[in-house]
Amino acid sequence: MNIVVCIKQVPDAKDVRLDPETNTLSREGVKSVINPYDRHAMEEGVRLKEEFGGKVTVVSMGPPQARAILEEAISCGADDAILVSDRAFAGADTLATTYTLSQAIKKIGAVDLVICGKQATDGDTAQVGPGLAVRLDMAYVTCVQQVSTVTDKVVVLERMMDDGYDEVEVELPALLTVVKEVNTPRFPSIRGLRKARVADIPSYTAEDIGADVAMLGLGGSPTQVVKVFPPEPKGDRTILTGSVDEIAEKLAEIFRESSIGG
Amino acid sequence: MDHFLSEDQQAIVDLAKQISREMIVPKRVYYDETEEYPLDIVETLAKSDFFALFVPEEFGGLGGSCYDLVLALEQIGHGCVGIATAYAASALGTYPIIVGGSQELKEKYLPKVATGELRAAFGLTESNAGSDAGGIQTTAVLDGDEWVLNGTKQWITNGGQAHIYTIIAITDPHKGARGASMFIVEADDPGFSCGPKEKKMGIRCSATTELIMKDCRIPKDRIIGRRGTGFITVMKTLDKSRPGIASLGVGLAQAALDEAASYAKTRYQFGKPIISFQAVQHLLADMAIETEAARALLYVAARHIDAHPKDMSKGSAMCKVKATDVAMKVTTDAVQVLAGYGFMREYPVEKMMRDAKILQIYEGTNQIQRNVIGQELNKEYTK
Ligand SMILES: Cc1cc2nc3c(=O)[nH]c(=O)nc-3n(C[C@H](O)[C@H](O)[C@H](O)COP(=O)(O)OP(=O)(O)OC[C@H]3O[C@@H](n4cnc5c(N)ncnc54)[C@H](O)[C@@H]3O)c2cc1C
Ligand SMILES: Cc1cc2nc3c(=O)[nH]c(=O)nc-3n(C[C@H](O)[C@H](O)[C@H](O)COP(=O)(O)OP(=O)(O)OC[C@H]3O[C@@H](n4cnc5c(N)ncnc54)[C@H](O)[C@@H]3O)c2cc1C
Repeated sequence: MNIVVCIKQVPDAKDVRLDPETNTLSREGVKSVINPYDRHAMEEGVRLKEEFGGKVTVVSMGPPQARAILEEAISCGADDAILVSDRAFAGADTLATTYTLSQAIKKIGAVDLVICGKQATDGDTAQVGPGLAVRLDMAYVTCVQQVSTVTDKVVVLERMMDDGYDEVEVELPALLTVVKEVNTPRFPSIRGLRKARVADIPSYTAEDIGADVAMLGLGGSPTQVVKVFPPEPKGDRTILTGSVDEIAEKLAEIFRESSIGG
Repeated sequence: MDHFLSEDQQAIVDLAKQISREMIVPKRVYYDETEEYPLDIVETLAKSDFFALFVPEEFGGLGGSCYDLVLALEQIGHGCVGIATAYAASALGTYPIIVGGSQELKEKYLPKVATGELRAAFGLTESNAGSDAGGIQTTAVLDGDEWVLNGTKQWITNGGQAHIYTIIAITDPHKGARGASMFIVEADDPGFSCGPKEKKMGIRCSATTELIMKDCRIPKDRIIGRRGTGFITVMKTLDKSRPGIASLGVGLAQAALDEAASYAKTRYQFGKPIISFQAVQHLLADMAIETEAARALLYVAARHIDAHPKDMSKGSAMCKVKATDVAMKVTTDAVQVLAGYGFMREYPVEKMMRDAKILQIYEGTNQIQRNVIGQELNKEYTK
């Protein structure tokens, strides 16, 4: 089975700060990491390969630095990695992103299963998975919490719902987006790290993937992010820390003092 | 301090550190208190190739460099010496096969050890044979195509958790030092069983049990090396494994120093952080000096052993003594820096102090190590 996993490099949420003057997100000096959901997508690809056979290729669209997350993917068991990188891709919204990724995936050849994270922690739209499936003319299932069986024709899985889960059987080729409950990502292995250090990771340009330049990057994006800002803080906030019992105790104390709840 | 590690060694250190911080540290209290064997962590280490680290390349391993293993064990020991012991015991149990086993035995067992499918244990100690290995009473008698083992081993790490046990037994009682041989016993061999888990002061999650052999029958070809080479195999095994114990000492001492120094910066008495008192600073300074010195000796010994595999006794004994004595002192001083809080189980240093003690005892007490070093010196100076 030929599996493709899409992964995105995002700023480490633990590191993101607000610039107090401009009130915008400051990305300077912020560490870049694999989008947390994509770790689970990667693990699921590798797990399915180990259980049912096949090959896992990891794809990321991003600047040259995104090579780091592709190496990490190889150290965790992916067979191949492809960077999709070109100045022409800059400023892409989800429409342009799905077009670019679909062109790159088509170049890989016949793909049975594409796995994405449910959403990226920066853009947060959760549109890339479904959009990509439409462009690749595949069935798709979002919010997958467990994949139980894969044959050469179908995948049987559980889709997380607010009040439980749906059991779904979907025909291949298909695209899945996964939630964190789907698995526990593994650590890299020593052999994987050695392989990643010498891995040949090709970088595809717009020309390599035969893309229509008008559909790429800022120019191909009807949506443009004009400004990113945090909402105005509403009144005073206090964050209570400690064990559940300690927090409950502190909360009760605050209620007592402020005469809330009589 | 910078030890100019290769890119590959740095990658091993970083990965071991990552597993230690992200998986071992959050679970070490649970495993200390429940005394459960840390199977999930051992399996994680296996998946990440840490069992391949001590197996030669031709048998599916990553080469078996002493230095590489030392670097990994230091980071795992930094997280928890109990969990690190549960892992390292497989290396100890496998070394007899590596240093003395036939090609067939190596091919049969080593590839599966490298993947973590088989865990190993090393059975030397008996109730009347601790430091004095010559006092063992377990016997092995050849009966047709089988060896028949009888006897009881005591305090064997990984007892009940290992799949294979390398065990020394007397094969020719009248031949003295040439009267013992080593064997591989599999967990499900007839007549073999393990006793209950001992209750211990430290490294509580690592399993320590008796191994009981009652007419335990194993195929003839499970003997390691020639008949009569048992004690030689044991000595070579311990020479090879002791730097691993030293690594646990260095990792543990560093962990205790880390806890003590960061606590000293945040604990205020007399209106000042206690790190501003010279008495506390000097305690921390000595802890840091000793830890760095132990690490430097360990790394030098490991490099020497990799370059001169026939000459390891002295360096291996030296780094074991130094690093484990340092671990005992530094963990004790860390409790002193944290004082009352240090004595409480809420903070990690009391466990570190409990865990340190075993390092001066197992794989040859530090008195025995000094004997080894003394004997080597005696040889050197008679030339
Ligand atoms: C703060 C912010 C707000 C934004 N708002 C919008 C908006 O409202 N509308 C819009 O069209 N665009 C928006 N964008 C742009 C959007 O982030 C990009 O189009 C981005 O390339 C994909 O969208 P996403 O981050 O929302 O991914 P999602 O759709 O949330 O990601 C789902 C999955 O798709 C895969 N994936 C996503 N991007 C990549 C990639 N580059 N390479 C490989 N796999 C990938 C991953 O598996 C990921 O888990 C915004 C960006 C930012 C930083
Ligand atoms: C938790 C734990 C795990 C262990 N795991 C294993 C294992 O996996 N496999 C295994 O085979 N064994 C194992 N052992 C046994 C361990 O190696 C022995 O406990 C150790 O070798 C010391 O033997 P002993 O305890 O009988 O002490 P003794 O030999 O009785 O020594 C008592 C004291 O006398 C001193 N002493 C003895 N002889 C001399 C001498 N000639 N010169 C100077 N001082 C001397 C010792 O240093 C010590 O201080 C383990 C022990 C423990 C506690």
